[in-house]
Amino acid sequence: MKTLEEICNIREEKRKELDLRVNTNATTREKHILVCHGTGCTSSKSPKIIENFRRIIEEKNIENVRVIQTGCFGLCAKGPIVIIRPEDVFYAMVTPNDCEEIIEKHIQNGEIVERLLCKDVDNTVVKQLDELNFYKKQKRIALKNCGVIDPENIDEYIAFDGYKALEKVLFHMTPDEVITEVSNSGLRGRGGAGFPTGKKWSFTKMAVGDQKYVVCNADEGDPGAFMDRSILEGDPHCVVEAMMIAGYAVGATKGYIYVRAEYPIAVKRFQIAIDQAREYGILGKNIWNSGFDFDLEIRLGAGAFVCGEETALLESIEGRRGQPRLKPPFPANAGLFGKPTLINNVETYANITKIILNGAEWYSSIGTEKSKGTKVFALGGNVNNIGLVEVPMGVTLREIVFDIGGGIPNGRKFKAAQTGGPSGGCITEEHLDTPIDYESLQAIGSMMGSGGLIVMDDSKCMVNLAKFYLGFTVDESCGKCTPCRIGTKRLLEMLEKITEGNGEEGDIEKLERLCSNIQKASVCGLGQTAPNPVLSTIKYFREEYREHIDHKECRAGECKALMKLHIDPELCKGCGLCKRNCPVDAISGDVRQTHVIDEEKCIKCGTCITKCPFHAIKS
Amino acid sequence: MENTKCQGCNGQDPKMQEILNTYKQEKDNLIQILNEVQEYYGYVPEKAQVAISEYLSIPMAEIYGVITFYSRFTLKPKGKYHIAVCLGTACFVKGSEKILDRAKERLGIDVGETTKDGKFSLEATRCVGACGLAPVFTVNDEVYGKATVKTMDEILDKYMESEN
Repeated sequence: MKTLEEICNIREEKRKELDLRVNTNATTREKHILVCHGTGCTSSKSPKIIENFRRIIEEKNIENVRVIQTGCFGLCAKGPIVIIRPEDVFYAMVTPNDCEEIIEKHIQNGEIVERLLCKDVDNTVVKQLDELNFYKKQKRIALKNCGVIDPENIDEYIAFDGYKALEKVLFHMTPDEVITEVSNSGLRGRGGAGFPTGKKWSFTKMAVGDQKYVVCNADEGDPGAFMDRSILEGDPHCVVEAMMIAGYAVGATKGYIYVRAEYPIAVKRFQIAIDQAREYGILGKNIWNSGFDFDLEIRLGAGAFVCGEETALLESIEGRRGQPRLKPPFPANAGLFGKPTLINNVETYANITKIILNGAEWYSSIGTEKSKGTKVFALGGNVNNIGLVEVPMGVTLREIVFDIGGGIPNGRKFKAAQTGGPSGGCITEEHLDTPIDYESLQAIGSMMGSGGLIVMDDSKCMVNLAKFYLGFTVDESCGKCTPCRIGTKRLLEMLEKITEGNGEEGDIEKLERLCSNIQKASVCGLGQTAPNPVLSTIKYFREEYREHIDHKECRAGECKALMKLHIDPELCKGCGLCKRNCPVDAISGDVRQTHVIDEEKCIKCGTCITKCPFHAIKS
Repeated sequence: MENTKCQGCNGQDPKMQEILNTYKQEKDNLIQILNEVQEYYGYVPEKAQVAISEYLSIPMAEIYGVITFYSRFTLKPKGKYHIAVCLGTACFVKGSEKILDRAKERLGIDVGETTKDGKFSLEATRCVGACGLAPVFTVNDEVYGKATVKTMDEILDKYMESEN
């Protein structure tokens, strides 16, 4: 147990000690080696890197060096990432074997290990993180602490203004004042729908009930989205603190966070955060003698996309099949166990402490007229800089894809970007200059969504993409209502028919009709938005649907049934890469001679297409 | 009859009792318990379902309903090498479907099945969160990033050769 005064002391002392994390001019003899320990870098052996660093430091008996595991730095494509502070030198794609060299050269001799420095997309060598184009247009609010602190150490969180916002609300603000502040900030739900957060809080506050709950939705099911996971992995305490502030504002004493079980690192870190906060007396009864009680529990999801829908999530916390409830009543009035419940998603909570500390005016000065603050996107797909980006609302998609994302790799062309995952739509070249905010994205037939942003190049077939999303929806439809259960299945079957070369005249119109019916008649958001990928691909790529139906052709060469691979003799240089990589030895040809594909043997896997440096393989 | 049922519910496996004992006998703990059982056994055996049913006073049918609703829970044991190909959008866009097709073809099983010898099982998983390494597949806990059809072939060869 720590008193408020003790917490303040920790903050002051630790902040001095950790100044080198944020200040390149910090006067200290210490060096901190920060190693990314997010899921992406962990998959490419960052735990081994940490272990090696620690072992070498101990063996060589080096003083004043600490190895710290942090959350995600954002640039996952260059992982595993190692940063050395205070000089802020940034090493990319580090392997466990590089540790010795980094320690000997950099730490012991003060020389930079040039070969491990990161190359930007334009091939310039970059020494510091901020010099990368990837970071220049970003503004980190929700991700402020990610990559700066050790997420498993509460003191480090406290050092960077942690639990200061909680102190402010408990001792200097009434619940109504907190809600007014959140309302005035203009913050809207980051789960995708964009409902004003302050309004949600005030509905829950006004609801009558002997027990109220605060719930955090961390069931990030959108494939290709990893914003919430990265926040939980990199800065779990900021979510704990925000949920407590929300509890104080709406009058709840108990919180639940619903996390996907597929996120083991996030679950573990959040549990550590809860345990540490309890140990410090920050969670529990009569916190800091303020009279406010609050406690928090983790509930694991078990792999059902529909549980991201708030009422399905509540059903799942209660231990049942995650099938959505009919609304009204809304959770604010009858939510978890029938009690008034406030549900926000992780990223929404991650903004709260900053709003309380810096004020609504500061927050609302960022962004556009109706969409305030920043949005975190998980940038993925056919783009150079895959990773996590946080940008002010109003930035254009072009800036995200080309300036931050570094454009499309392998000399290919941008075709479309998909926001909102299986509920969203695609955005084409002509709309690349649309500012990112809730209304603008909706106006062009997509949606903000939770933040998955997948870029696709011209090798992608849009009919096949629609089929992919529908396959996902069919799997994930909970089955409660007929339009979604049967409707999406029929949509998928029609798309399969088209991609298999059996499309008929009138199919497009049939698809459109069915889409419209599903949108209107489904119970929850999953069904209502499931047709979006079909509608938006038809809207922008109708000619591709036509080609599949009328000419049995797939210009991208992704629909196998329609594909016939051949090598363009004009372009083939006879380098043999395709031949060597073909898994079924279907390609023959001598060096520097045009190669040929044996159609009998070819399994149309497309490996040769991706391997050919001259784009000579055509379908 | 009574006797055989009891053997199941008393859980000859002490681990099952241990899992149950960490939870209060409240119905909302069902998914938590199933998660632990799945983690421990690799699937949810019938005898575990019986034990949970008695412990939480939830009918077996309802438990079955919950198990089959969530993709994480399985009723059949997985293979010795469990191959999971990520079909999250980021991996899909980078061609993971072809890698999955290759695995299906080589193993002669479909998604969700286990080979007859119990050596391999195949799953199309949702985003594993390593989008920076897309396309990705995992074999048990090992992650293979930036994979191609060829990588899958090499990995399969390696495990097929290895003696059980």
